[in-house]
Amino acid sequence: MLFSRRTFLAGAGAGASVVAITGCGSGGGSGGEVTFLVDNDPNNVVATELLIEAFNDSQADYVFTMETRPGGTEGDNLIKTRLSTQDMPDVFSYNSGSLFQAIRPAQNLLDLSDQPWVSRVAEVYPPSVSVEGAIYGAPHGGSNSGGIWYHKPTYEELGLEVPLTWDDFIANAEAAKSAGKHGIIQSYGDTYTSQFLVLADFHNVAAVNPDFAEQYTANEVGFADDPTAFKAFEHVEQVTQGGLVNEDYVSTTLEQALAYLAGGEGAHYPFFSSGMAEIKATHADKVEDVGFFALPGDDPETNGLTVWLPNGIYIPSTAENQDAATAFIEFAVSAEGLAAMAEGAQPTGPYMLTDVELPEDVPTAIADLQTYFDTDGATTPALEFSSPVKGPNLENILIELGTGSIDARTAAERYDQDVEKQAQQLGLEGW
Amino acid sequence: MSTAALERPAGEVRSRQGRAGRRSSYLAKAYPLWYYLPAGLLFLVFFAVPTFASFFFSLTRWSLFDWEFIGLENFRQFLSEPQLIGSLWNTLIYAFLTSGAKVVLGMALGLLLTSQIRAQGLLRSMVFFPVLVSTIGVGVMFTTMMHPTDGLINSTLAIVGIEGPKWLANPQLALFSVALVDIWKGVGLATVIYMAGIVAVPQEYYEAAKVDGSGSWSTFRHITLPLVRPATFTVITLSLIGGLRSFDLIWAMTGGGPGFASDVIASVIYKQYQAGFYGLSTAGNVVLFAVVMVIVLPLNHFMRKAEVEQ
Amino acid sequence: MRSKVRINIATALTLLVFIVVFVVPFYLVVNNAVKSREEAAALDLTMPTSFHLVENLQEVFAARDYMLVTALFNSTVLTVASVTGMVIVAAMVGFVLQRRRSRINGLVNAAVLMGLIVPPAVVPTIWVLQSIGLFKTLPGLILVEITFGISFCVLLFRAFMSTVPRELDEAAIIDGCGPLRLFFQVILPLLKPTVVTVIVVQSVAVFNDFVHPLYFLPGEENATVQLTLYNFMSQFSTQWNLLFMNILLITIPPLIVFLFFNRQIVAGMTSGAVKG
Repeated sequence: MLFSRRTFLAGAGAGASVVAITGCGSGGGSGGEVTFLVDNDPNNVVATELLIEAFNDSQADYVFTMETRPGGTEGDNLIKTRLSTQDMPDVFSYNSGSLFQAIRPAQNLLDLSDQPWVSRVAEVYPPSVSVEGAIYGAPHGGSNSGGIWYHKPTYEELGLEVPLTWDDFIANAEAAKSAGKHGIIQSYGDTYTSQFLVLADFHNVAAVNPDFAEQYTANEVGFADDPTAFKAFEHVEQVTQGGLVNEDYVSTTLEQALAYLAGGEGAHYPFFSSGMAEIKATHADKVEDVGFFALPGDDPETNGLTVWLPNGIYIPSTAENQDAATAFIEFAVSAEGLAAMAEGAQPTGPYMLTDVELPEDVPTAIADLQTYFDTDGATTPALEFSSPVKGPNLENILIELGTGSIDARTAAERYDQDVEKQAQQLGLEGW
Repeated sequence: MSTAALERPAGEVRSRQGRAGRRSSYLAKAYPLWYYLPAGLLFLVFFAVPTFASFFFSLTRWSLFDWEFIGLENFRQFLSEPQLIGSLWNTLIYAFLTSGAKVVLGMALGLLLTSQIRAQGLLRSMVFFPVLVSTIGVGVMFTTMMHPTDGLINSTLAIVGIEGPKWLANPQLALFSVALVDIWKGVGLATVIYMAGIVAVPQEYYEAAKVDGSGSWSTFRHITLPLVRPATFTVITLSLIGGLRSFDLIWAMTGGGPGFASDVIASVIYKQYQAGFYGLSTAGNVVLFAVVMVIVLPLNHFMRKAEVEQ
Repeated sequence: MRSKVRINIATALTLLVFIVVFVVPFYLVVNNAVKSREEAAALDLTMPTSFHLVENLQEVFAARDYMLVTALFNSTVLTVASVTGMVIVAAMVGFVLQRRRSRINGLVNAAVLMGLIVPPAVVPTIWVLQSIGLFKTLPGLILVEITFGISFCVLLFRAFMSTVPRELDEAAIIDGCGPLRLFFQVILPLLKPTVVTVIVVQSVAVFNDFVHPLYFLPGEENATVQLTLYNFMSQFSTQWNLLFMNILLITIPPLIVFLFFNRQIVAGMTSGAVKG
């Protein structure tokens, strides 16, 4: 817009507490109608529609409706704004982990520690939705994983095997490149996709130093001074400057990247396992041509997967209809509820509930993830789930690195500097 | 109708001739100050109060849920951002480039579209059409068109054997590519403002010029240019302030990238806001406000003086 | 004869340049809007192998329980009410500001500039709306939109008020017009080109506004058109064909407004000039 008065929204502003919060504006409506606020990812929307339908059919007391919100940072702001203005619907879905910590759970959310389903939740999940031992959220759907998508026919054709070390991975990428394909696809057109080589490497960092997350939160280690953590930055440099990537990587979008992968023009693509949903939607006949493996580190013995824990479903402390809200959450984590969601959109990784298995009909690449989950010590939640410290600019710093504007050392230092603001904002000690 | 009647001072002189009392009662009668009231009230309640309240939070670390007073720490933090200098330059380049182009192109198109050209209505509609499309839509459209290999622009250039630049993917070029789209999207509005200004110039002036035998350049230089000055000032004010503050198109097309190459101050602030650094981003807004003031106030003063002298 | 040919060539060239610069980009939108999801994901320029105009149209309309229909209705009400309000209050300010030299003019000018320069403060504005009971209501959002549009409108009105001769005011006062009649019956009609410009520009701005509805009027039943784009565009997956179709559809109302007022701009301008 030319004379942009109404920009996306440049400013936070504020009015001191002169204005009394009236507490008007509750989320849902009155008279048994309750609203569930979810982000607008199309798969999520379809799954949620079916979940709500199933819940409404299963009981007669409450009628639920869905409301959607943008995802990403726009969604973060919306959630914070609505919580702070006491205007949150009675049930909402939002990130677990570091973003969860930023919405002041103890102050804004209902403690769900005594709910019946808590005992069924996989051990790894609760810390990402807890503050000081109190649990505030239930897992919303299946987990997600970060790793490498690969093109199976290419692997067969070139006689390659799933790599267990970084060097083997690079060798495979070189082989694919020699065969005239993109060794590793990158898609800086969707900036956040630049982060996977770093974020999905966390299992390897934690394998060497299990206390990394804790020390990181206390500002005792950083990416620039921890040799294992720093490797991920060198990897980005190696991959992009070594010419292993697709030529247009700076402007390639996620959809184009997945098209390269599914069509076999590229051999590898570092991304979420949830990329399967998009592959199914746009390359339905290629679903079995793609596979997924954990981002390898140096030691084949400790090979394992970095996992993104599902969003939490939360109840704001201002909820008018808490009974309805808790009943809804209980349904959402039941086998019946999860099956209803899977009807709309299949899960992209194992559930966080000890007694619910993945549906039979998920694609092989997703079903295979279960192997990592079943192996002791072969999964680690991503750093953002065990430390609240996450800087907003990692994706752009990595793009600077990936386009050759800065070197790996500078990039890691910049990122360490970038997280400082976040830590200070959260009032953490040692920053 | 005489040309003299059009000159404002004549009217003023006439009313000044009356007694002071009569004059003020005339003014009060014709131009009551309470006309300011509705706008003023809205402005006060929905703009001034929230804005000044927000300035307070620039001195705090604010999470929307609670705040802690930290004095000028946010300003220190904001001014020591590694990308600040680069984004300041980008802001100035972007603002002056887009507003300059809108003035020049807007005036040229305004003249063209008020001339005796055929298909006038159609052409006017075409120029204005981009103004109608939302920023998100334009962003999506041009990001696709500017793709280095598959995009419409470079595919077309390739047909005639030219290898097009990488547009948004080239860190040195990204900002200029977005500025180009900004001009494309905004020139329609500048053109309409100019058309309104040009048509309001009484024909008598042109007829008189014709009688005097002045050429078309001299007519433009001595008649059109001075008489469309209000339009020029409006376009400059709006597009310069818009350019200094705007980032929505930048956000939709590059997100400030690649890396931080096309970041402007407003997009840096927006990113801080998105990251939840509310106090810091408010401090950034105060800084941006100061920067805009430093540039716009002297300019505004100069323009108002020129307008009065006219 | 020869000069006529030359003029025609010049016109044709101008037309060609305009088409390339201003119209061709929309080819891309239309082209992708009729593709299948698979083909549109490639974001290239190839012609669609099969046309999905009707399916895509249906899907865009039916998405989220016909959200687009609700949104078109809401946005239309919002736009009409906001722009009407803006034009009236801003024209009044512009009128007095240009005509009458008074001590508070400096203040008013400063406020106008402030309004252009300072970005809106979201959370405090919500507090204000809550305290007067207008949060999450259409009237509340309308008042906010009017407020944020005032500066732009005042600037335009002030600039073009000078094209209306003062003698007219005096004549009207002598004829016994009160300030209200002077303004609404004499001045405002003469400002038609400016009014039309303001209407067109601000309608587009309000109609295309995304942030204010998102924050000040949340809720599915309150959706406005820009928010419908999010039905097909999210962080992890974008349905480009439907997105482009949606862009196309929500560009039509502003286009109608413009086509309707386009004639008015021309007519208004000439009449203003003649009477002036």
